[in-house]
Amino acid sequence: MAEYKGVMVYGEIVEDRLSSITTELLGCGRRLADELKEELLCILVGDKLGEAPKKAIAFGADKVYTAEDPMLKEYQTDSYVAVMEKAVKDISPRIILFGQTSVGRDLTPRLAFRLGTSSSMDCIELSIDPGTKGLQQTKPVYGGNARATFTSETFPQIATVRQKAMSPLSPDESKKGEIASIKVEIDPSKIRTKVLDTVKEEVVGVKLEDAQVIVTGGRGIGGPDGFKQLEELAKVLKGALGASRPPCDNKWVPDTMQVGLTGKIVTPELYIAVGVSGASQHLAGCSGAKNIVAINKDPEANIFKEARFGVVGDWKQVLPAFTEKVKELVAG
Amino acid sequence: MPLNMIVCCKQVLDPEAPPASFKIDPAANKVIPPPGVPPVISPFDEQAVEAALRIKDQQGGKITILSLGNNLLRDVVKKPLSMGADELILLEDAAFEGGDSWSIAYALATAIKKIGEYDLIFCGRQAADWDAGQVGSGIAEILGIPSVTVAKKVEIADGKAKVERVITDGYQVIEVTLPALITVSNELGEARYATLKGIMAAAKKQPTVWKPADIGLEPAQVGATGRRTKLLKLFQPVKEGKCEIVAADTPAEAGTKLAARLREVKII
Repeated sequence: MAEYKGVMVYGEIVEDRLSSITTELLGCGRRLADELKEELLCILVGDKLGEAPKKAIAFGADKVYTAEDPMLKEYQTDSYVAVMEKAVKDISPRIILFGQTSVGRDLTPRLAFRLGTSSSMDCIELSIDPGTKGLQQTKPVYGGNARATFTSETFPQIATVRQKAMSPLSPDESKKGEIASIKVEIDPSKIRTKVLDTVKEEVVGVKLEDAQVIVTGGRGIGGPDGFKQLEELAKVLKGALGASRPPCDNKWVPDTMQVGLTGKIVTPELYIAVGVSGASQHLAGCSGAKNIVAINKDPEANIFKEARFGVVGDWKQVLPAFTEKVKELVAG
Repeated sequence: MPLNMIVCCKQVLDPEAPPASFKIDPAANKVIPPPGVPPVISPFDEQAVEAALRIKDQQGGKITILSLGNNLLRDVVKKPLSMGADELILLEDAAFEGGDSWSIAYALATAIKKIGEYDLIFCGRQAADWDAGQVGSGIAEILGIPSVTVAKKVEIADGKAKVERVITDGYQVIEVTLPALITVSNELGEARYATLKGIMAAAKKQPTVWKPADIGLEPAQVGATGRRTKLLKLFQPVKEGKCEIVAADTPAEAGTKLAARLREVKII
């Protein structure tokens, strides 16, 4: 049986740069590799990797494997799983970490099943059992109501990690590491999907993931018009506008505004939740916020359990006065 | 072209139950079902049924629902029939209890092989209990068919499926050959309600029940004994819950006071 060694991070490149989740994975992977006294490996797959392999070393990797090919321009399940299957069989890492991203969600389970091993998705804590050296994988379950810690006895041990759950290291540009390219062999006849179009639905202004202030509306907002008032507040605070699931499902606002388990994970300094009940699946997306402020007419609403400050009252009456006062304070 | 479709539906504890009613039995590492709150079909799975029904509305076809578990409540698992699905197959046995993504996908894929004819298989993007989102991809891998995950729209044209797949800042339009497996996300929109006619038709239909042996599996290959992951601990995170409620005579005054308080603590 092959020996499984090393911690491997699957890196993603967004707009020609190493994505933030990749640097977070490298930070977490470095810690696990040091505990195991093994190497931190990183694998990058795409058509143009540019400076990303060097950056991966600066962020903690000892060795970077690159799979570069024009056919890997866009993520497609069949091609990426094939490339990763071959790489993992050749390199034989003990642990592989992916981001819980559009790619990670799709690639990870399919690869794990192909390799005959298991994976834990959306982990927020990873640690090494000092006795067995097994990877202990903790993830939120039941929509965030509970957490579960798993381990597995099949190798490699695979986990995806929630965005912003781990911290990156400060990059060290002088750090030395090895870069090795992997030969890519893709049989085009085995790719059963075709990407016809990619449609960006970017919200104008500050991106939710980067925002320091987020104003979020929930079911209680009642319709698209109310969101205009929330937008005004967001503008005053130079923040972004978010939503819980019901406003998205009801098409009051675009789906890309959704914060929560199946939407975006955000970690702003200030998160103002208006007419949001605080369902666990929503809190899964915003509980990393430093300060949550809630306005809700139901004193029993679950959001008050997460919030630092709150007002119990109808947002239609509370918000205009709140926004006015905020304007005055920010201007003054 | 009428299509043969299979939708995998999981019976789960109602995720809309109040968070305060959520309790864990730490000794058993299990959730204690809240009293008086009946289980439901996992919401993403209901939307997977909806995706199949929209295709059936367009071009006809047959929808078979596949559910796995033990002591499944007939009123719950029959709901997709009352929405318009045609047949219900239950993988129901004590041996199916306590499975993980691996053993559940393996049993479902084995049952799908027994069903034999299919053009499309639908699953929810993840189940409302373990929130893993692996079973769909796992079934596709075991069956050797392509998969597209996290779909918000599915259409059929020229013998292929055209799928809108939700990505971080928008969506991709992906064409996939059939047969294929598609997992459905909430962006698809709400699932339809059961109709009275549907409820009456569903009442008359009897589900087909398969035990492990009926799909050629040993009880040791399914459920808890077929797992590849081990659950070490299930627990509830501790919440402090110290919210300072800003109160005033009128809601507007409370709004003003809140802003002032936030400035006081330098949050704004």
